[in-house]
Amino acid sequence: MSTTLPRPRIEAPANYLNVDYGWKSWLFTTDHKRIALLYLFSITAFFFVGGAFAVGMRINLLRPEGVFQHDTYNKLFTMHGIIMVFFFLVPSIPATLGNFLIPIMIGARDLAFPRINLLSWYIYIVGGIFALTAILQGGVDTGWTFYAPFSSTYSNTHVIMAAIGVFVSGFSSILTGLNFIVTIHKMRAPGMTWSRLPLFVWGHYATSLIQVLGTPVIAITLVLLGLERILHAGIFDPSLGGDPVLFQHLFWFYSHPAVYIMILPGMAVESEIIACFSRKSIFGYGFVALSSIAIAVLGFLVWGHHLFVAGQSMYASMVFSFISFLVAVPSAIKVFNWTATMYRGSISFETPMLYAFGFIGLFTIGGLTGLFLATMAIDVHLTDTYFVIAHFHYVMVGGMVMAFLGGIHFWFPKITGRLYPENWARIAAAIVFIGFNLTFFPQFILGYLGMPRRYATYAGEFQVLNVMSTMGASILGIGYLIPMIYLTWAWRNGPISPQNPWHAKGLEWEQSPTPPPTFNFIEPPIVTESAYNYSGEEA
Amino acid sequence: MIHKVVSVRTFAAVFVALLALTFTTVAISKLDLGEYNFICAMTIAVIKGALVVAFFMDVRRSSSLTKLFVGAGFFWMAILLVFILSDYHSRGWLPRPAWW
Amino acid sequence: MGDIDATLHPTSAAHPAGVRQDLKHHFDDAAQQMESSTLGMWVFLVTEIMFFGGMFGGYTVYRNMYPEAFASTSHFMNVTIGAINTGVLICSSFTMVLAVRAAQLGQKKAIIAFLILTLILGCVFLGLKGVEYHEKWVEHHIPGPGFQYADARYFHQAQILFFLYFAMTGMHAMHMIVGAGLLTALIVMAARNRFSEHWYTPVEMIGLYWHFVDIVWIFLFPLLYLIGHTS
Repeated sequence: MSTTLPRPRIEAPANYLNVDYGWKSWLFTTDHKRIALLYLFSITAFFFVGGAFAVGMRINLLRPEGVFQHDTYNKLFTMHGIIMVFFFLVPSIPATLGNFLIPIMIGARDLAFPRINLLSWYIYIVGGIFALTAILQGGVDTGWTFYAPFSSTYSNTHVIMAAIGVFVSGFSSILTGLNFIVTIHKMRAPGMTWSRLPLFVWGHYATSLIQVLGTPVIAITLVLLGLERILHAGIFDPSLGGDPVLFQHLFWFYSHPAVYIMILPGMAVESEIIACFSRKSIFGYGFVALSSIAIAVLGFLVWGHHLFVAGQSMYASMVFSFISFLVAVPSAIKVFNWTATMYRGSISFETPMLYAFGFIGLFTIGGLTGLFLATMAIDVHLTDTYFVIAHFHYVMVGGMVMAFLGGIHFWFPKITGRLYPENWARIAAAIVFIGFNLTFFPQFILGYLGMPRRYATYAGEFQVLNVMSTMGASILGIGYLIPMIYLTWAWRNGPISPQNPWHAKGLEWEQSPTPPPTFNFIEPPIVTESAYNYSGEEA
Repeated sequence: MIHKVVSVRTFAAVFVALLALTFTTVAISKLDLGEYNFICAMTIAVIKGALVVAFFMDVRRSSSLTKLFVGAGFFWMAILLVFILSDYHSRGWLPRPAWW
Repeated sequence: MGDIDATLHPTSAAHPAGVRQDLKHHFDDAAQQMESSTLGMWVFLVTEIMFFGGMFGGYTVYRNMYPEAFASTSHFMNVTIGAINTGVLICSSFTMVLAVRAAQLGQKKAIIAFLILTLILGCVFLGLKGVEYHEKWVEHHIPGPGFQYADARYFHQAQILFFLYFAMTGMHAMHMIVGAGLLTALIVMAARNRFSEHWYTPVEMIGLYWHFVDIVWIFLFPLLYLIGHTS
């Protein structure tokens, strides 16, 4: 005879998830951890919206005849860019993992301005609504770069609606950066000196500097663009005495540093994962920390490399080209230091580390191809081809998105109190890696062979590579869907996580419960050792 | 921070200086000094701005961190202006490559 | 009256009964909270520097590109109103800093008086700006379909320059309007006894904002009104 025992109710101690229920406790929260989750769900939704446009593009590119009308195709690549850049990548790691982890990593109870943190999310949503409205009204066809005078004078699409969406979301970015800067300066626990900060925090500090210094410039640029679209005064219109290159200068002054907003947080995550899964302190901590700052600063001095063929003076182009070479150095320093960290480390291959390996390889390829493009003589041939597209997808997707996925898996137990299924996760990581390379490596070749970007059609000899790329995109899509499924499942049904499943160092793992309570710590932490003290020796 | 509360006299002195500089810059603008009109006007503007920042916004007694951020803000705007203007200024300096 | 010895933002708990202690839970002490607020406001002002900087950049490019057109348009700038407005804003900065000083000393009536003076001066500025804009409207110098310019050689360039004039002064005026709203909120708070010598952070922060808007004008005035006048 058998008896079935009732399923045991697990009484979890009060943590930030179960402390309160109901929609008001989420929509009016000031807890940085809940706000991080609000962001996580929002940016994931936008990721799939942006991804849908990519699906449309890749289907169209299966055959030279295409599927969509050319005007429609222009809208697809524009909306893909706008959504992915402004509504997914820029907020991604900072607003989710950064928001969640920075206060805990420095030993604080919350960010410096919790209500501004919540406001930042609402502003992001408002911006998103404007962008979605632009989509529903039929989309925009100017490219995410909004180049004038097409965007200001000749485009018949809802440019202003999309520009407002980007403008508004920019303020979300500024407020997040402001919050992080003040928090990191003023809210560190006793003993948490700058040289003991996790590199995750250094990386986000550098990102925040860029957000604060750069975003206002694209804000004013879009204001001027919108006014010009209404008034046609001619500020960017050559037929009225204006200079379209001025628009490009102002636009790229932000948008180049923006790409460093879209990689520094990934590098920040990378340092944490590599240290933990090599069981070793990051080699050259000081160099890695300062190279984040160097990237942020130098990144503001290179924007002219987007204007090499636009009519910019040769002299200015040479200066921008030279500094663009320089900005690769701190990135390379980081890659060397991560590699040196792994040397003689005790490496294990859990999912976060798989994504970290992927990052190193793919970011290196992306970064090196950036140097090709920084070389003026080569850029003349490669600009506006698929080579550029492959380059930035290698750094942004092969780099940042892989780091994002690695970080989500690494801190999943901390955020949810549960463990994800490791085997499914490893398979998904492999699928993502294979799919990604199959999608974008052919695009390097396509660009080299001369296929232009932003074209709805192409010469017949490029079809094989395009088909390969679309196949890769399908595999990549599956690779992204699988974690959506098992992570959602694991949140409710995964095994309960122990306090520190990875035996990682850091205040978030060692001194904050899993998942953390609302104010992060039971006892206020006092820091006595350096970060990544895996060897157990006093630094 | 233990600071003295600044006296009304100090603020009044800065106030008078700002008004005097305004009067001066308008007066100079009525004269024709060629290139120097711009230089004088901008110099006076910088002095006025510095007075407001240092005294009215109390940066002269603020922490080094505050001073760093103030400096960084103006420096970054300078980067924007200098690099953009250097493009426009240097157009035509280098000849276009000729076909040999 | 010489400088007064006083502890700014005292952290001691000894304060008159009934005055609210405004320490937020995530801060360790009032000093940390105050320093965070100040740094936060300065970081925000840095973003404002960059925001206006973009327009200064555009303006400078076109001024250098079209010097004759610039000289032509500068005759239409009302230097008198511009100069008076500069004086008005400088006075308002003076009254604002006196308001902050009164807050440091816990002088409620003086706070309210100086804030009201600042608000009035700000409104005077906006009123004079309105007069100036009306002048431009009458002369058909507002960019757009109704734009007209006497010297046909410079029609397009003048329109671009006026566009930037309106963009820069208009953005500045919008910041003044926001500032006026903030001042109103401060006056209400002060009237309701929210401030004491132990806590007056909003007064100081909005003071910083107001002074910044003044600084923007300090640079706008010579660039837009004074230079090119004699060419």
